Amino acid sequence: MVTNMSDEDEEIILSELPDEDLVPQMHDDLYDGLKDEVVEGVNILLERGWTPYRILTEALVGGMKIVGEDFRDGILFVPEVLLAANSMKAGMSILKPLLVETGAPRVGKMVIGTVKGDIHDIGKNLVSMMMEGAGFEVVDLGINNPVENYLEALDTEQPDILGMSALLTTTMPYMKVVIDAMVEKGVRDDYIVLVGGAPLNEEFGRAIGADAYCRDAAVAVETAKTLVGRKHNQMHA
Amino acid sequence: MTNALSRMLETREWVLADGATGTNLFNMGLASGDAPELWNAERPDDVRRLYRGAVEAGSDLFLTNSFGANAARLKLHDAQDRAVELNRLAAELGREVAEAADHPVVVAGSMGPTGEIMAPMGSLTHAIAVEIFHEQAEGLKAGGADVLWVETISAAEEFRAAAEAAALAEMPWCGTMSFDTAGRTMMGLTSAELVGLVEALPNPPVAFGANCGVGASDLLRTVLGFMAAGTERPVIAKGNAGIPKYVDGHIHYDGTPELMADYAVLARDCGARIIGGCCGTTPAHLAKMRAALENTPAGPRPTLDRIAEALGAFSSGSDGTDDAAPKRRERRRRRG
Repeated sequence: MVTNMSDEDEEIILSELPDEDLVPQMHDDLYDGLKDEVVEGVNILLERGWTPYRILTEALVGGMKIVGEDFRDGILFVPEVLLAANSMKAGMSILKPLLVETGAPRVGKMVIGTVKGDIHDIGKNLVSMMMEGAGFEVVDLGINNPVENYLEALDTEQPDILGMSALLTTTMPYMKVVIDAMVEKGVRDDYIVLVGGAPLNEEFGRAIGADAYCRDAAVAVETAKTLVGRKHNQMHA
Repeated sequence: MTNALSRMLETREWVLADGATGTNLFNMGLASGDAPELWNAERPDDVRRLYRGAVEAGSDLFLTNSFGANAARLKLHDAQDRAVELNRLAAELGREVAEAADHPVVVAGSMGPTGEIMAPMGSLTHAIAVEIFHEQAEGLKAGGADVLWVETISAAEEFRAAAEAAALAEMPWCGTMSFDTAGRTMMGLTSAELVGLVEALPNPPVAFGANCGVGASDLLRTVLGFMAAGTERPVIAKGNAGIPKYVDGHIHYDGTPELMADYAVLARDCGARIIGGCCGTTPAHLAKMRAALENTPAGPRPTLDRIAEALGAFSSGSDGTDDAAPKRRERRRRRG
């Protein structure tokens, strides 16, 4: 605790930090929601010849993983996570075009939206940002989505995952309406269906026929990775 | 300020509030995704029936069917221009039921969150939030609500905006937040912080407290947190009847009327003055709660262990008001 206290008030010059100190510093800056510093860090690593994919995984995804863990453990709350996610997004916007150019591996694709009658998108936006941070491609349908929106997006986007969110007692049953429509069309098993939102729980997720209920954005990312991995293994088996 | 609720609190040790709105309207055929507030115009008899259900079960106070009747939320149903009308109708129907009741009943005009994130994190400015809430408040006032009832709020900024709207409408008000994330609100507010927030307002509420959230146990831990912060203001406890489950095509909350009766007595012993339910609480629950409050002598303030034993385990180890709360990790270096 007492060591290095003399450093406390010194201005940190990111460009003077060696890689092994810069990356943890970027994790700290993400944690503190310092957008400009995160962008600066990304640019420095690019100049130093890092591949966009390595910056994404080690600096950004690595940092957001810490944010996600502390959010899950009730240490950070929505305002802090929003700031962190916005900083990550700023870093991502530099990397995105470069990732496409360099043909970096994609973890998977997700279509996500808040169900009909529900305006709440805080949780959904967090999931979108954390999923992007974890290397997923995310198509965000926004709020207030009727069944047709979901079905159309599944058809045109062909994602691995469908994510649905609801924050109200009055709107959470609508997730079942969407899943039932997928069953009826015979496409339910083509997708991994993840659901989330404050009033939900695991049992509810199971009862309406989702693959998993995700308590928060960090859990959503972990669950998505596991289930997509399993799906790919099955396909190649 | 004299108003029906303050007068009731002067003579009564506890006041029984109502239960759920959504759950009970679903039982009358409301479809998921539809706006309950439109029923104030389209199906007034069912809204009367909702109110009467609470009153006949013994509630001294009920909330109007106007939770989502603010312009920001009504926009989803293309009804953003009907905020004043739908709120006025919600309160008028409530007034009618209250006047016909065989005991004094307070009509509380429900005002839920806008659903948007406030600036600087989000796009909703303080001025616009005040305007949205003020419009709703005027509708409720015109319809004859005794008091405004701001509920399920998670951000301090939104709570302040609603308070300011109550001042503009020259209405007494109550305010509750939903503590659903590790014992805090989604935005990280602790029970003790809400006490501080309430007392710092230029027009503090008649009563304040907690509603919705996770389960009955967590809600009472929050009430104990208010008490530990030394509040003298009447405290509201409106907890959910257990946890939602999906049974036979509809949502069912697993808290029995007996459990909610225990919860009501414990809430009173924790120090709450206005006690009710939230999601999943039906007239059957309310009747048991009323009987339990009337027939159980006041007991000592329960411990957390006693609450967990009676109502189930807490959703998190700490609610952020004690030393056991997890801490932010040690930063490498702070920026100057």
